This record gives sequence, structure tokens and C-alpha cells, in this order.
Amino acid sequence: MKRLVTLAAIILAACGVLYYSSNKLDQAQGITGENTLNLYNWGDYIDPELITKFEEETGYVVSYETFDSNEAMYTKISQGGTAYDLAVPSEYMIERMIEEDMLIELDHSKIEGMEHLDPDLLDMAFDPGNQYSMPYFWGTLGIVYNIKFIEEGSIEHWDDLWKPEFQDNLMLIDGAREVIGLSLNSLGYSVNSKNDAELAEAAEKLDTLTPNVKAVVADEIKMYMIQEESSIAVTFSGEVADMMWENEDLQYVIPPEGSNLWFDNFVIPKTAQNTEAAYAFISFMLDPENAAQNAEYVGYSTPNLSALDIMPAEITEDEQFYPSKDTMEHLEVYENLGQEYIGIYNDYFLKFKMHRN
Amino acid sequence: MKQTKTFYFVPYSIWLLLFVVAPLMLILYQSFFDIQGNFTFANYATYFQSGTYLTMTFNSIFYAFLITLFTLLISYPTAYLLVRTKHKQLWLLLIILPTWINLLLKAYAFIGIFSMNGTVNDFLSFTGIGRQQILFTDMSFLLVASYIEIPFMILPIYNALEEMNPSYLKASNDLGANSWETFRRVIFPLSLNGVKSGVQAVFIPSLSLFMLTRLIGGNRVITLGTAIEQHFLVTENWGMGSTIGVILIIAMFLMMLVTGEKKKKGAVHKK
Repeated sequence: MKRLVTLAAIILAACGVLYYSSNKLDQAQGITGENTLNLYNWGDYIDPELITKFEEETGYVVSYETFDSNEAMYTKISQGGTAYDLAVPSEYMIERMIEEDMLIELDHSKIEGMEHLDPDLLDMAFDPGNQYSMPYFWGTLGIVYNIKFIEEGSIEHWDDLWKPEFQDNLMLIDGAREVIGLSLNSLGYSVNSKNDAELAEAAEKLDTLTPNVKAVVADEIKMYMIQEESSIAVTFSGEVADMMWENEDLQYVIPPEGSNLWFDNFVIPKTAQNTEAAYAFISFMLDPENAAQNAEYVGYSTPNLSALDIMPAEITEDEQFYPSKDTMEHLEVYENLGQEYIGIYNDYFLKFKMHRN
Repeated sequence: MKQTKTFYFVPYSIWLLLFVVAPLMLILYQSFFDIQGNFTFANYATYFQSGTYLTMTFNSIFYAFLITLFTLLISYPTAYLLVRTKHKQLWLLLIILPTWINLLLKAYAFIGIFSMNGTVNDFLSFTGIGRQQILFTDMSFLLVASYIEIPFMILPIYNALEEMNPSYLKASNDLGANSWETFRRVIFPLSLNGVKSGVQAVFIPSLSLFMLTRLIGGNRVITLGTAIEQHFLVTENWGMGSTIGVILIIAMFLMMLVTGEKKKKGAVHKK
């Protein structure tokens, strides 16, 4: 008994010391609430040097928290109890958050540098006039393959994934919209199809892909492609940028018949405490130099045209990440399908995952 | 005296009410609503009419059965030997030790071991068999799941064997039974309760292993847990997710009933 009490006392004392010192450290760093920017972003999605630079330039202190899925972010913000001043959801989630009145309408006069943004990437259907969101990065969904095992150029279209020689070689991203979408695209339909016959056809076609599918996984695709566990994968351009740094044999293709165009945009949730800091940060990130530095660090495609001018041509002329006008025209942004059709897409996806040869 | 006794029970009953009974009720309640929030039995109708869900249920139960079987086959002899070894505490510690490590870390470790360029494949190619696809197969999923569940099977069996009164064995020996007969007629029946608790402790969590199905099974192995996760996080069809949850809970109750201890009646008689 006596030992138990001592043990409990030691644990409590350790907690106390840790709590006290973390508090002290926070104070020493100036995190007091008033001048803090609570940034809620994807993991490893900003150059940390830029955060330091922002803190030095403006005097704000950035508290950086990360999420790993739009849904997780949505749940956390919608349940309240959080005070994120700035979040970076993807386009379909922005549309939903607008519908559910979770976002503050942006005051464009408080944002400096909007003129740098590519007009082709503004005013999209999910947020007309960019009233609620500012583009941070954008990208595509496509096919990445390893030229060590697969002849360069032998994969150009979605249909190529069905080739029998790729048996047990393909990894797919674990997302219903993406996987059903690629099948829809391969048939020439829209990724936002709400036509039951088209969906059924796409699902049926997808089932015939099963023999080629090695696994349906999420973030691990990055690791597997780098380690050459698999030679083909369907994933997002941003992930591919990371892979290419580690493995030079990887190639990325955006099927010209159509694919998904996605955005991650800054938004200010209604629960924000410090909108001034949020505006300051958006303006800071729109500055061409900062945007260029960030784009080189993260490797995703930046919507900032002036940043493109100062970035190395090697990056900006790379059609894998900055596709031609022609391809761009065939890319579609995911629209919010509504709960019923999200359900239908997911049911088909579940059926596809269950399908065995 | 009786009042103080009930008083002591208050904290735990509050706990039970808040964290066991209330969530169960909520799940049951949710399962009767569709996406639009109307009261309906449609979720259950969908469940029982859908080949997908029924196959998935079958898969879940079958995989859980296999995992339980494998762990049992390995654990019983292990526990049996363990009771008879010298440094019991040390061996026990070694068996329990892996459970201190986070499940996710263990899963990732197995990815490294089973991958194309992993240890196992290095060995296979060294011996001339050649590299095989191990990750994302049924076997790898069953193996990792069994590995993770094994301590929960060994411990109850070990306890049951350890508690056994040695005089029973002597008596059995004195009465002319050979060691096989002693095992079959004395040791095994007496350890059955441990086996039952072990089966419960392994089978029930195995029914809804969903993280491993993705990490190790590469979503080629789909169990009900995958569907529940999808309904709660992606489609936000909480009604359907809860319905599957209810089915799982019922399956678990059935399992408890089958393997439950029937000792209570006997205990009353003894008094």
C-alpha cells in the first residue's frame, strides 16, 4: 500500500513538473492567446522555415496542428471546442462547410497578393468568387509507375491499368470517389456522375480490374512506391512529388481523357479567435517569394503565377505537375454529390473491395 | 452495513451507465434511423438483403474463427509447458512484453518484415525459393492477427493450468491412468474455463479488426469493421453503421453465451 502511494505521488509529481515547464516554455515563446495564430493544416504541408519567418515578420506566434483527412478536420471543427483561425480543407469539404455555414466570408480587402493567383484556378464551382477560400495548393489524380519495371510510355490512359500484364501490380488509393471516378473517366463519363446506369457500368468495369489490384491503401502508397513493393499506383500528384524525391525511376501520368483536379484552400472557420492573424498569414503565403519557397518544399503545384516566374523552369515546365492547357480542360473538380450519392459511390466501392477475381 | 455496500457500488455503476449502457443504447437507437433522420427498419432490411454485407459478416466470423483456432493451437501447448518450466515469471514477462507496444507499431514492423525487400523475402531468395508476395494476402493477415492476439490466449489458459491442484494429478496417476489419460480426463477438462476465456478474449476483438485489414491485408481482406468505419467517417450514414454495430454486438453476445461459464449453479449448491 505504502509503495502504491509513493508510486502515485511520483507520477503526479512528474506530471506537475512537466505541466509547469510546458507552461513556462509556452510563455517564454509568447503563446498567450492574444497574438497566437492557430493553424490547422495537413501534416508536413508547409515549409517550417516560413512559419519562423512569419513569426519574425509579424510578431504572431503560430500554433500548428495537423490532420490527416478532411473528415477528421471537419468533425473536429464542427463539434466545437476548437479555436482554429485558419484551416486548409480540400474543395469538396469547403463546399460542404459553406453549406453548413461553418466558414467566415473572406474580406478580400484584407488580403494582399490575390492578383498573383492564376485566374483559371479561381472562381471554381465549389466556392464561386472565392468568397470563402483562397487557393493554397492544387493538384491532380493520376498514375505513377516505375520505369525500371514498366516500359516508359506504356501507361498513358486509365484503360492501360486493365492490361493483363500488370497482374497483381497495382495499388489504388483508398477513396471511393477516386476509384469509382477513374472507372467513370475511362468510360468517358464525368467523375461527378449521378447517372445510375453510368455508375453501374463503371462499377462493373471496375470489378474486372481486381486481378491487377495488389492492395487498396492510403498514405502507405508513398512508402511502397519508394521501396518498389509495387510498380504502379493511382494516387494524388502531391504524394507523387514526395515519392520522386526518394526514387528517381518514378513517372507520373495524368490521363488526358479526364481526371480529378483538387484544391486545398485556406478557410477561416467561424470558431476563429484571431481573424486578423489569419488574414496576415494568407497574405504572407500569397507573397510570390514565400509561395515559391513553399511550393519547392512541399512539391505540390502552386496557384501563384508570380511564384512560378521565380521558380526553376525545371519545376514549372514539368507537365507531370503543371499539365498542358489541353489536359487541364478535361480535369474536373469533385462536386459535393449529396449524401445519397456519396452512399451509392461508397457501396459500389465496398463491393469492389470485396470482389475476388 | 448493506447501505454502505450499495454506496461502494455507485462509482462503478455510474461508469457502467455512462460508458457501457448509454453508448449501447445510442447505437441501438441510431440504427433505426435513415440518412434523412426518419425512423425506419430499412437499415436492417438492407443488411439482410445485401449480399455484400452478408458475405462480409461471413468473412469476419470466418477470419475470427481461424485466428482463434491458430492462437489456441499455439497457446495451449505453450501454456502447458510454461506451467512446468523453471523461470515462469521471466517467460510470462516475455510473452506479455509485446502487448506493451502499440498495435500500430507492430503492424508497421510486419510491413517491413513481409514486404518484397523484407527479411522474409530476403531469406526466401537466399534459399533459392525466390521472392513471394506475402503482404496483402490472407495468410499474412491471419498471421499478424494471431501474433497480436496470442498473449490474450496464453494467459487465461496458463492461469487455469497453474491453479489446478496437483493432488488431482497424483490421484489420477495412483488410479492407474497414464499421462495421456490424465491429460484427456483431468487436465484438459479442468483447464476448459481458461480456454473459454481465452477464446472470448481473442474471438471478440478479432471480429472487428479493421486497421490490420488495411495495413496488412491491403483492403483485400474486408471485415465488418471496415464497413462501420466507412459509414461513420465517409458516408456519414450513422444509421447503417450502427446497424452493423448492433449485429456485431449480437454476435459477441452469442459468443459469450456459448463460451460463458456455467459454474454459478454449482457454486450455489456448494453453500
